[in-house]
This record gives sequence, C-alpha cells and structure tokens, in this order.
Amino acid sequence: MIEINNLHKQFGKLKALNGINLSLNQGECIALIGPNGCGKTTLIKSILGMVIPTKGSIKVNGFNIEKTNLYREQIGYMPQIGRYPDNMTIGQIIEMMKEIRSTKRLPDEALMNKFLLPGMLQQRMHALSGGTTQKVSASLAFLFDPAIFILDEPTAGLDPLAAETLKEKIIEEKEKGKLILITSHLLSELDDLITQIIFMQEGNVLFHLSVVELLQSTGEIKISKAISNILKNTKS
Amino acid sequence: MNRIVKFVILDILRNKIVLFYTLILAVLSWSVFNLEDNSTKGILSLLNVILLTVPLVSVIFSCIYLYNSAEFIELMLSQPIKRTKIWFCLFIGLVFSFVLSFVIGAGLPLLVYAPFDVGLIMILVGVFITAIFVALAFLSSVFTRDKAKGIGIAIMLWLFFALLFDGMVLFLLFQFSDYPIEKLMVVLSALNPIDLSRILILMHLDVSAMMGYTGAIFKHFFGTNLAISIVFVILLLWTIVPFLISLIKFKRRDL
Repeated sequence: MIEINNLHKQFGKLKALNGINLSLNQGECIALIGPNGCGKTTLIKSILGMVIPTKGSIKVNGFNIEKTNLYREQIGYMPQIGRYPDNMTIGQIIEMMKEIRSTKRLPDEALMNKFLLPGMLQQRMHALSGGTTQKVSASLAFLFDPAIFILDEPTAGLDPLAAETLKEKIIEEKEKGKLILITSHLLSELDDLITQIIFMQEGNVLFHLSVVELLQSTGEIKISKAISNILKNTKS
Repeated sequence: MNRIVKFVILDILRNKIVLFYTLILAVLSWSVFNLEDNSTKGILSLLNVILLTVPLVSVIFSCIYLYNSAEFIELMLSQPIKRTKIWFCLFIGLVFSFVLSFVIGAGLPLLVYAPFDVGLIMILVGVFITAIFVALAFLSSVFTRDKAKGIGIAIMLWLFFALLFDGMVLFLLFQFSDYPIEKLMVVLSALNPIDLSRILILMHLDVSAMMGYTGAIFKHFFGTNLAISIVFVILLLWTIVPFLISLIKFKRRDL
C-alpha cells in the first residue's frame, strides 16, 4: 500500500532521512521504532506530504503523493502532539472535519463515544488537558474509517484505561485488514499488537522484520529483548 | 473551499480584536466628520488616520494570526486538501474579515458625509490597502519560522511604507529640487501603495490646487479616469504579487 523509494530529506545541514526504501502492505501492524531524532516523525510527515522530500518518491496505493492529495482520504493520522486552533471547541473541530471530508459513509464514532467525548463537545481546545487532546486526535484519526492508520506515539499522554481502549480499537482495525503504522518508545506496550518492526537509526532503516522472524532469529520471547539483542550484536 | 473560508472567518470574528478594530474605525470616522464642519477637512483627517491604522492593523494581526494558525494549517494538511487551497482560504478569510470591518467602520460614515465619488474611491483604496498589507503579512510569515522575527518584518514593512518611504522621497525632492523630477515622482509613488493611495485621494479634493507646480503635474496625471484605473491596477498588483510569492514558498515548505 505504501512504497517508499530512496527517500532523502535534508534540513539545512542535518540529514534527517538517508535513502529510505520501504514497502508496507495491507493487513500489517507495523511498529516504527528507533532512538530520538532518528527520523521517524520526518518519515511519517513525508508520507503525509507535510515534509517535502529532497530526493526519492513515495507511492500510496500506487499514486505518487507529489501529484495528488486525494490519497490522504485513505489515511487517518494521529500526531504525536495534537495541536488545534485554540478558539474552537471539540464539537466544532469534529464538525469541521466532517464537513471538509464530506464523505457519504457514516463516520465511525465508536472511539469518540468510548472516550466520552460527546459529553465534552462544548469545551474549548485550549482548556483541554494533554490527555484529552490526544483523545480528540485519536478520535479524528479513526473517524473516517481510512485504510491506512499512521499513529505517532498514540498512547503517550493517555491514561492506562484510555490507552487500553485505543489498543483494542487498533486491534479491531488490524483485523479488518488495514495497514497500521505506529511509532512508539514503549515497546512493551506494543507486544500484543504488532506484526512487523522497522528499526531506524540516524536516518537509515536498520532492519525491517516481521515479529516472528525477529523472535526466531534471536531466540527471545519478548520483542524488546530481541531488539536490544540485535542492537548489541550490530554494535560489537 | 467555502467551508474552510467559513471556518477561518468564524475564527477571526470570534477574536474580539476585529470587532474592536471596527469600533475604533467607526468612532474615529464619525467623530472626524462631526468635528469638522467642512467635509473636505474631515476627509483629509480621516485619510491620514486610515492610511496609518489600516495597514498597521492588517499587517500585524494577519501575521500573528498566521503564526497562530500553524496548528490549523497542520490539521488541514493531514486532510485531502491542496496546500494552495489552504493558503488561499486563509488569505480570503483574513481579507474578507478586515474589509468587512473597514466598510462597516469607515465606509458607512464616508458614504454619508463625503461626496459620493471621493467616498467611493476612498473605500476602494481602503479595501486594497487592507488586502495589500494582509498579503505582505503572508509574505513575511512564510519566510521565517520564528514568530518574533516574522512579526518584526511585518512591523518593518509597515514602518517603511507608512513613514520611511515618505522621508526618502522628501530627501530626494530637496536634493534634486533644481531638476525637473516631477514625472519621476509620479513613478516613484507607484512603489508605495500607501503614497499612491494618498495622492490619488488628494488629487480628488480641492486642496491639490494649493500644492504648486508638482501638485499641478500630479493633478494633471492623477485627475484623469485613466489614471484612476492605472492606480487600481497597480494596487491590485501590489496585492497579487506578494501573495503569489508567499504561495510559491508555502508550497515547498516543511511543516
């Protein structure tokens, strides 16, 4: 569904992405991990068209993203730090997104309802706590039933209960055969979700393996241990 | 498109500053016309007030608004919407709100007190000045990520066009007072939308008779209908060009 070909991005002198080649397919739940500043968010923003690559191409469902913006209808994006117009209320933001999308399909409000957002529609965005803002971000990402989910640190800032609700929703969508791309620092949280792992370092993809392969090759049971195992091996 | 413009306008109107701006313009305009028994004097005072405040408020508010809309722009960009469309909608939204304020605040009294043709030209000039300085705000905000720097550039632009440019022109006038530079002055004035507007309106008031030879040359040029059209074309260019440059820049910008 997403094909990334020799993607380079340079911010001034800083090389954020250094020739990324990836192929992400339907039905996978992929964890994008790596140390801070390794280019995860830049990669995600490139896919969304927020960052313009210096070199290389990205195709979503076969369409080059430089040529069209309609592919974004297929993407539900939850940013790491959701930032919204201060003056608007939750209800207005949701209304606005619905109007802008103007799809014929009924919006998927399940997650919104589970987060109890309908009771807070009158609250203004600037008065919300970080967790509630994340709930709004998550609800918006899932609202239009897209085929691809891009979730940047989805559980950061959410309370355990809400994080669990979100995880259940992600699993539900994965079972529907959608492509889910998650970045996270907390590996233990992802154990029961993900099917593939992409590890990035300094703008490069260090490895892209399925979880089964990863566990088999290292002989570990836990993903986090397997990864630290690989990292130790590559360093020495 | 219309939906995004609608949200931008609602957002701006919710911000009380625009209402305050309307109110200030209204108070200024009504009081100026009520204080002066001569409507020409009233127009002159109002002209000076408008040519100082309208650009200032338009450029600074728009610039700050754009920086504050970073979130909104990001949110829109993750949706299936073209970049150019988002930028254009923001522009239309800002220009519309300020033009509305101007027409309600200063336009109504102008129509009531000023002679119809001068009043109309003045409203048109105000509309263009608003649009031009909103466009300049777009230009200054797209060139730097630093909010303080961006607003600084916006203020500098205002200072340059509202005050410094006149100083430079005066300096030239005195330095070259022995030479026939009246025609050059007409061309020079096209480089500053504020001056251009001021001259255009002055030439439609009787006071231009008091301005000597330069005034006569100006009157000769700016008094004709052709000149009015040319002035408005130049003002239109002043709106379109800065906005287009900012649009091209915005299309390649990383967010």
